[in-house]
Amino acid sequence: MMWYFLMSDAFTFGAFLISYGTIRFASNGWPDPNEVFQSFPGLGSGLPLAFVSLMTFILIISSVTMVLAVQAGHAMDKKAVVRNLIWTIIGGIAFLSCQAWEWTHLYHEGAWWGSNPFTNMDGTKASTNFTNFFFTITGFHGFHVFSGVIINIIMLIMTLNNVFERKGHYLMIEKAGLYWHFVDLVWVFVFTCFYLI
Amino acid sequence: MSFTDNYQEVSHHHDFDREAARKEVIRVTVILTVITIVELILGFVMMGVHNEFMRHVIKGAICVFMLAKAFYIVAYFMHLKHEVRNLIMTIVVPLGLFIWFIIAFLTDGNSYRNLKNKYDPYHYEQSQIKVEKPAKSDHGSHDAKKEGAIE
Repeated sequence: MMWYFLMSDAFTFGAFLISYGTIRFASNGWPDPNEVFQSFPGLGSGLPLAFVSLMTFILIISSVTMVLAVQAGHAMDKKAVVRNLIWTIIGGIAFLSCQAWEWTHLYHEGAWWGSNPFTNMDGTKASTNFTNFFFTITGFHGFHVFSGVIINIIMLIMTLNNVFERKGHYLMIEKAGLYWHFVDLVWVFVFTCFYLI
Repeated sequence: MSFTDNYQEVSHHHDFDREAARKEVIRVTVILTVITIVELILGFVMMGVHNEFMRHVIKGAICVFMLAKAFYIVAYFMHLKHEVRNLIMTIVVPLGLFIWFIIAFLTDGNSYRNLKNKYDPYHYEQSQIKVEKPAKSDHGSHDAKKEGAIE
């Protein structure tokens, strides 16, 4: 069933991203992501793509540790499950912290729903579509990451309580893993659509 | 959902080889990392390219890499490649709707823009006016210049 839930979620995200694409195609100008996202905490600005690359790698690595947790579950290796779940949770929290920093930073620059301080790439006045879509879609994705972290924490508690040991299998972790990979998958698309192109 | 349901739903590996699985994870991680780095390089290359056509080519290439990444995550991390064929089909076939979805909506957006520019010259003129900015190329002082630019 997890697969079908994820499919419906994929359509939700797909609808978001396609409406973003449609509006972008319908606009005469659009802000330059390299000008908007160019700051790195502690290093100032002028570093396009740097911070978002860090966020991307954090999420990929947390996906990898999740796979390792699922595989450890297959092998009924409780210790490895716990270790990898903890790493995954740390990765998720790190990603959320990065996003919180980025949102705060953009907010201080005057960007928010309904307010866009950035101009289009060609220097013309931009509408608020860009910021509206950015905060809505990354916010929706961030909410998924947040719920993923909560699910993983629940899985960790259940593992520590030997729930899966008693059941004789760790299939539940596999399902939590599916959800977590899906969050990573969505980020691949969000990252490309907002930051790269 | 009971456990027996779960067992029927997810194909299970009886002879699970952990070492082989571990190697596969490492391989896929390396692939994903390399693709991401290539994407980032393309992103940096694109900053120096101002030819409209070339930019579209690079953006297309980035989209192809994005789909490759999506494939690796779904097939290996989410394990879809090793599920039974019928499950794969019930997932992949409905997602085929996206092909229509993307083409239809993006062309619609594009045609809307062309029609509006053609029949609403005022809109087009307004959208060509450059915003006066005191320090356009000043990348260092974002906080200072954004203050008055919100409206």
